[in-house]
Amino acid sequence: MSKLLLSLLSGLVFGLGLIVSGMSNPAKVLGFLDLAGAWDPSLALVMGGAIAVAMPAFWLAGRRSTALLGEPMQLPASRRIDRRLLLGSLAFGAGWGIAGFCPGPALVSLLAGQPKAWIFTGAMLAGMAAFEVLEHRKRPAPA
Amino acid sequence: MTIAWQHFTPWASLAGGMLIGLAAALLILFNGRIAGISGILGGLLRPRSGDLGWRIAFLAGLVGTPLLYSLWQALPPVQIEAGTPALIVAGLLVGVGVRYGAGCTSGHGVCGLSRLSPRSLAATMAFMAAGFLTVYLLRHL
Repeated sequence: MSKLLLSLLSGLVFGLGLIVSGMSNPAKVLGFLDLAGAWDPSLALVMGGAIAVAMPAFWLAGRRSTALLGEPMQLPASRRIDRRLLLGSLAFGAGWGIAGFCPGPALVSLLAGQPKAWIFTGAMLAGMAAFEVLEHRKRPAPA
Repeated sequence: MTIAWQHFTPWASLAGGMLIGLAAALLILFNGRIAGISGILGGLLRPRSGDLGWRIAFLAGLVGTPLLYSLWQALPPVQIEAGTPALIVAGLLVGVGVRYGAGCTSGHGVCGLSRLSPRSLAATMAFMAAGFLTVYLLRHL
């Protein structure tokens, strides 16, 4: 139960951070990505502030095998930098540059009276579902 | 390069960023999980037993934030310039891209960089570069 409450709290604080920082406004995100126009550097500070707070926590986490509520510490193990990682990230960045939405801000905008956020999120979920279908098709049948 | 000083919000952005970092810190220290939005959401599409509750709770908090926020003060503007076709193309690219790339701005950009992960640094440089390039192509060519 406390695990679920903690997740809920983390989601709330995360969403609050997105709203307060300006990151939930696609126009502001595009102002940051527009280096050749009138550049708004604000979002560099969002990332800087987030990393400054999260870094010591991840340093501590890396020293523990269990989290404070008893679950195993699940830090990503993969270190592979391959075509899949890079092409996927390039596609994500292109989509981010078209609409100014990445996944978090899109979800935070759903209940902020933004019908367009539903269109984006619907397409994003379709994209994620397409990935699942493609991944399962690729897996060889058990012998 | 010209700086848009009238749009620059250093303190709000820094404070908001620190809240995002706090959320990531809470989730990893207490639950042992990475606060990567695309991973948390994507995991719902391949459900495993015992792995759903925390995802749904986190996403409920995230999606519910504007409701709580608006009890306290008016929500800041959300300006979406893209039209419907562009939103659909963008959403599809983001959805497929973050799953193949195994993370987005939060998972790679915040959590991964905080762990000093070279893999996340490579992913972050790739999506930032693609974002800068896409906006350049759409606005200046």
